[in-house]
Amino acid sequence: MRGDTLLLLMRLRTVIALIVVLAVFSAAAPNFLSSANMVLMLKHVALNAILAIGLTYVIVAGGIDLSVGSTVGLTGMVAGFLMLNGVPVGGDMLMRFNLFEIVLIVLAIGVLIGAINGVLVARLKVAPFIATLGTLYVVRGAALLSSDGRTFPDLVGDAYYGTSGFPFIGGGYLLGLPVSVWLLGVIAAVAAYVAMRTPLGRKIYAVGGNAHAAALSGIRVNRVLIVTYMVSGFCAAVVGLIIASELQAAHPATGDTFELNAIAAAVLGGASLAGGRGTIVGTLVGAAVIGVLGDGMVMMGVSAFWQMVIKGLVIIAAVLLDGAQARLQHRVAIRRAAALA
Amino acid sequence: MTEAVPRLSAQRVSKLYPGVQALDGVDFEVHAGAVNVLIGENGAGKSTLMKIIAGVEQPSTGCLLLDGEEVHFADPAAAARAGVCMVFQELNLFANLSIAENVFIGRERCRLGIDIDRGSEIERTRELLERLDHPLDPRALVSSLTIGQQQIVEIARALAQDARVLILDEPTSALSAAEAETLFAVIAELKARGVAIVYISHRLEELKRIGDYVTVLRDGHLVATAAMADVDVPWIVRQMIGRDAPARADAAPCGASGGDVLAVTDLVLPRERGGFTVDHVSLTVGAGEIVGIYGLLGAGRTELLESIMGCRRDATGSITIAGTEISGCDVSDRMAAGIALVPEDRRRAGFIQSFSVAHNLTIASLGRFARWFNLDMRREAAAARGSIGDLAIKVAGPETMVTTLSGGNQQKVVIGKALLTRPRVLLLDEPTRGVDVGAKTEQYRLIRHLAGEGLGVLFATSELDELTALATRVLVMCEGKITLDLPCDAADHDSITAAANPRAQAA
Repeated sequence: MRGDTLLLLMRLRTVIALIVVLAVFSAAAPNFLSSANMVLMLKHVALNAILAIGLTYVIVAGGIDLSVGSTVGLTGMVAGFLMLNGVPVGGDMLMRFNLFEIVLIVLAIGVLIGAINGVLVARLKVAPFIATLGTLYVVRGAALLSSDGRTFPDLVGDAYYGTSGFPFIGGGYLLGLPVSVWLLGVIAAVAAYVAMRTPLGRKIYAVGGNAHAAALSGIRVNRVLIVTYMVSGFCAAVVGLIIASELQAAHPATGDTFELNAIAAAVLGGASLAGGRGTIVGTLVGAAVIGVLGDGMVMMGVSAFWQMVIKGLVIIAAVLLDGAQARLQHRVAIRRAAALA
Repeated sequence: MTEAVPRLSAQRVSKLYPGVQALDGVDFEVHAGAVNVLIGENGAGKSTLMKIIAGVEQPSTGCLLLDGEEVHFADPAAAARAGVCMVFQELNLFANLSIAENVFIGRERCRLGIDIDRGSEIERTRELLERLDHPLDPRALVSSLTIGQQQIVEIARALAQDARVLILDEPTSALSAAEAETLFAVIAELKARGVAIVYISHRLEELKRIGDYVTVLRDGHLVATAAMADVDVPWIVRQMIGRDAPARADAAPCGASGGDVLAVTDLVLPRERGGFTVDHVSLTVGAGEIVGIYGLLGAGRTELLESIMGCRRDATGSITIAGTEISGCDVSDRMAAGIALVPEDRRRAGFIQSFSVAHNLTIASLGRFARWFNLDMRREAAAARGSIGDLAIKVAGPETMVTTLSGGNQQKVVIGKALLTRPRVLLLDEPTRGVDVGAKTEQYRLIRHLAGEGLGVLFATSELDELTALATRVLVMCEGKITLDLPCDAADHDSITAAANPRAQAA
């Protein structure tokens, strides 16, 4: 049936968009497809994709998390602070942490910020947009306060304290690929597995699809919601670590507006802000489209102003197509029903 | 016939939803100054037909004629401009606004096009309310009114738009006997003024009183239309269900119960503005017993079931499942203890629209298919296929989206989901709402079969026929209290109706 073919094309729209974007840029810029450029683009995509994975969990459950950019900033600052300073523990004793401990603390702070968002949304019933807008400001303010607005420089690590491996997280390579890309791979694989093949994943989709019915099915809706925000906070902390490590410096303004690109990637990948719909694979493709589009336009020398216009139009087109797909699906279902009747 | 040309007529109207043919070539007409009563069981297509006439839905095929001229109503506002107004069963009022603001919502009277003329709106509303014999203060908030008064406000809103065709969708379902009397008087007055009235109901006792014509729908088809004077109630019932009213022999066997699996003692659910929605209710359900709770809308049936299930945090009282106290538990723990609820509103609370049939069936019992973190998809799929077979759910396959199913099959999915949690007690709220007639008997058979296997069943209904067809024991609820508790063979329609009616209770 013609409707079915059209429907399939629409479902694959993000993949098609990615192929088109890749084809256009490789035709226009000859070294676009070079392996060096590909690795560079992957590295750019990885940061946004990791954030977008966390956001996909939140969005599928019917929420939104605007605070991830700020969390990237604060977690980077915490990492920078702990690299350079010790924490006073009574008297004039200073406690220094090794790299492993610093990573754990930073990730825990990301998860904690997520948990706070989750409790605000699930238990205290603050609208997700407002709750995370609030934490966006609070967390950014905390990042600025942590250094009085200054940068923590020279985070090269110190073998004496067991922190010399720090620059490896964001700057190192394994088997020819950046460590950040490997991190994306691991996070995406785990996130996709949990979403598709565990009770928790199924419950997240159920809560986003119909929270009321989910509650009557014995699902503890609040817990599920809180977990999704914790995942989002965790992903933001990973990105905070990667950036501080790559730059070997932590700046309190890092991550500003990152949430917007991450939301755009999830939505391009088919996640519905109404909840219940979205996949990790879709989000990865969505992040790739946004990343490739951005880098490709830079290589072609498109002005930064036009880049914004084009990115905005792509996002709107994605959502329009999504609506068209839903209507087409409805029509095909009706036609099937009519054929049966 | 009072006029040659009907005020409004629908010709060969059909409506197709995904998976459901809601209407199939139905003709319908209503004349000025007359009441045409539209009846049929739940799912017969009454509401769909009226939504089409009121512009809420568009017909798939067929057309509407107003005073003999073909009309198309793109939306309810267009229908209202033509004088076709509908009062929905679930009233569409803004509780946070005053009566006058509600009456003029969307058509505010303005000076210079921007400044709302409150004085004139209030004056006009006062006139309308007086005409309807309800001198309420137009400035009162709708949230302060009773359901019956809110209905009057809806009618006033229709009159303010010079309604020439007024559709009332089950207007008495939430009314006390006295309020219903007032409504009948209002209808008589509107008739005298030449308004054409469509009255949807499934309360047979009302029909003869207020109807001039009767139109019967069954399974989306027009089965009969007649002048009320020419027919009697048994004839109407025959047309509605396609055979004679179910005899006693058709009903469930009485008694036959094991030990109590559910015991509720002194359950109280306080109401926000004082009083109780559920007022010190105690009841028991034995294994294999089917207990039916009958009551009018607002009697507290749904709230009682939800309190037992743990959805209402304010509820207090003791609840035990096979001797285990569960009143301190949340919904999840109560389900683990062996109780499950099949809610009244499937779409809102029963299933997850974005899920397939299989995923809906297993969503409440995922723990059974999980080892550590891993969901065993093979066992899950097998369980879903098992449910589809056991309950005879008609689907192309387990991956079919649940929203494409008919009402009856959707209901089976929700029941199947509950059964996969292996409950000892099953709570069903209006088990056949939105299920068509043929499928209804199948639901009854299924529920009886489950009870036969030792499941305790507690169901709430607003239909007397359903109560007598299914229950082995009858409870009647009125204003939050249980007012009658009888085995089914001792319960007759008169005592049940009397026990359900707040006025009769007060007397």
